[in-house]
Amino acid sequence: MKRLRRLLHTPEAIAGALILALLIAMALAAPLLFPGDPQAIAGPALLPPFRDWSLPLGTDRLGRDVLAELVHGARTSLAVGLAAAAAALLIGAVVGTLAGFAGGLIDEVLMRMTDAFQTVPSFLLALAFVSIVGPSLGVVVAAIAISAWTGPARVARAEVLSIRERDYVAGARVIGMHPLGIAFREVLPNALPPVLALSSVIVAAAILTEAALSFLGLGDPNRVTWGSMIAEGRTVLRTAPFLSIVPGVALVLTVLGVYLAGEGVVESTAVRRSLS
Amino acid sequence: MLSFENESSFAPPVQRPFAMTRALRLLRRRLVGSAFVLLIVVIGSFLLLEAAPGDAVDAYIVSTGGDAGMIELLRHRWGLDQSELTRLANYLWALLHLDLGQSVTFSRPISDIILERLPTTLILMGSATALSFGLGSALGIYAGARPGSFRDRFLSIGSLALYAVPGFWLGLVLIVVFAVDLRWLPIGGIETIASGKTGFSRAADVATHLVLPVSALGFIYLALYLRMMRAGMAEAWRQDFVLAARARGLPRRRIVLAHVARNALLPLITMLGLQSAQMLGGSVVIESVFAVPGLGRLAQEAVAGRDTPLLLGIILVSAVLVIAINLLVDLAYAVLDPRVGAGEASA
Repeated sequence: MKRLRRLLHTPEAIAGALILALLIAMALAAPLLFPGDPQAIAGPALLPPFRDWSLPLGTDRLGRDVLAELVHGARTSLAVGLAAAAAALLIGAVVGTLAGFAGGLIDEVLMRMTDAFQTVPSFLLALAFVSIVGPSLGVVVAAIAISAWTGPARVARAEVLSIRERDYVAGARVIGMHPLGIAFREVLPNALPPVLALSSVIVAAAILTEAALSFLGLGDPNRVTWGSMIAEGRTVLRTAPFLSIVPGVALVLTVLGVYLAGEGVVESTAVRRSLS
Repeated sequence: MLSFENESSFAPPVQRPFAMTRALRLLRRRLVGSAFVLLIVVIGSFLLLEAAPGDAVDAYIVSTGGDAGMIELLRHRWGLDQSELTRLANYLWALLHLDLGQSVTFSRPISDIILERLPTTLILMGSATALSFGLGSALGIYAGARPGSFRDRFLSIGSLALYAVPGFWLGLVLIVVFAVDLRWLPIGGIETIASGKTGFSRAADVATHLVLPVSALGFIYLALYLRMMRAGMAEAWRQDFVLAARARGLPRRRIVLAHVARNALLPLITMLGLQSAQMLGGSVVIESVFAVPGLGRLAQEAVAGRDTPLLLGIILVSAVLVIAINLLVDLAYAVLDPRVGAGEASA
C-alpha cells in the first residue's frame, strides 16, 4: 500500500495509471462490451459521431461501428506493445549480460552486432522483416522486438560491467559455479532495474511502431488495429476526418499513459532516469 | 581519461595536438569500426534476401515468362546455383562496385533509383532536424532556465504529449487543418506538377510543399531535444562553476546562456547523430502520407511491389547514411570539445 502511494505521488503518475487502467479494462472487456465481430456491418455508412446513441462514435466507410473497432483495437495495440517490449527487454538483457560478463572477443562481436542493428533505421528493419516473412501478429511482435533490443542490451552491459567486479560474484567463482550460472543467476537479476526502467519507453515505441506498420498495410489483416483504422479513414479524409482522428487520439492517450505511468514508477523506485 | 598519463611529469611535455589532428585520428579509428559494422549489415541483408521467398530469376520470369530450361539457364548465368558462400562473395563484390542489383518493379538498376530519390529525403530530413533541434533546444533552454517553474512543468508535460503522437497521424491532422479546411498549403507531393516553374519560384514551390511534411517529422523529435536540454540544464545548475558564476555577480541571463545551457548542449549534438536513424525510419511513413517521392516512399513502394532487393538496397544506403552522419557528428564533437581524442596520442 505504501509502495502504491509512493508510486502515485505526482498528478502525472496518477493520470498515467488511470489511463492505463481504463485501457486495460477496456481491452479485457472488449468481447463482453461488443460481442461478435467488430468488423461486421452495424449501421449506415459514414454516420458521424454523437448522432445515434447505439453507435456513439459513428460508423466507417463500410458501416462498421467505430467504437467497437476502437475497443477491439485496444486489445491488439496493448498486446503487441507489451509482448514486443517484453521480448526486446529479454533479448537485450541476455545479449548485454553475455557481452559484459564474457568480455573479450564475445563482447566485441556482440557489441558490433548491436552497433549494426542501431545503424539500420529500426522502422525500416521492422518493415523489411514483416514484408519478407509475411504479416501476422507474431511476426509483427518479432519485427518490433528485433528492432528494439539494442537499447536494453547497452544498458544491461554497462550495468554488468560494474556488477561483475563485486565480491559476491568473486564468491560465486570461488565456490565453483559455472560462469553461465553466475552470469544469469547472480549478475543478470541485479543488472535488471536500470534495464526495466527503459520498459515504458520501449512499450510506447512498440505501440507506435505497430500502429505505423498497420497504417502502411503490414499489420495482421484479420485484426482491427488503430493503425489500420487510421489508414481506412484516410481514404475519406476530406468528408469524414473523424474516422482517422478518433483512433489517433486513442493512440496518443495510450502512449502518453505509458510514458506518465513509467515516469511515476521510475521516480518511485528512485532509479536514476537515463535517457535512452 | 588517458590524457592524465600522457601529460604526467614522467614524459616530456607533449605538444597538445591540434583540433584537426585529433579529428583525423578519430576519423581513422571510426572508419575501421564502421567498416566492420557495415559488413555485418551487409551479411544481415544477404541473409534476409535469402530468407525471402523466390529469387531474382522467379521475379524475372514472372514479368517475362519462360520455361524450366530458361529458368535453369538464368540461375546458372546469374550465379544463383552456386553455394551460399560463393553467392555472398558475389554479393559483396557487386556491392564494392556500388552495384545493388536490378529492381524488379522498376526494371532499372537499384542504385540509379535510390540516387534519384535520395536528395528529396535529405532535404526533408535536414529541414526536420533543423526544426526539431533549433526549436527543441530553444524551448529546452526556456524551460531549463527556471527549473520547477510553471513554464518548466508545462513544457515538460507538453513535450511528453508531443512525443506520444504518431508522426503519420500528426501528418494527417495537419493535412485536414491546413490543406483541406484552410487551404493554405498543398495536400502532398513535392512540387506542382507541370507548373513549368524554374529557379527561385520553383524552389519556393518545393518549400511550400515541404512545410507540412517537415513539421510532421520535426515536431515529434522536437520533444526529445527539449527534454534532453532541460535535463542537462537541471544537472548543470547544481555544478560548482554555476555557483562561482553567481558569486561573481554575473547577470542571470548570462549564467543561463553562457554557463548552464552551453554545458547542456554537447550531449544534444551526439543525439543528433543517434537520431538520424530514427528520422530516416520516420520519413518512411511521413513520405507515404504526403506522397513525397523520397527514399521512404520508395521503401513503401518496394514493400507493395514485393521488391526485396530494392528494399534491402534502401536499407544498406540508409545504414551508410547513418554511419556518415554519425562520423560527421563525431568530428564536430572533436573540434568542439578539446578533451575528445586528445588522450589517444599513441593510437
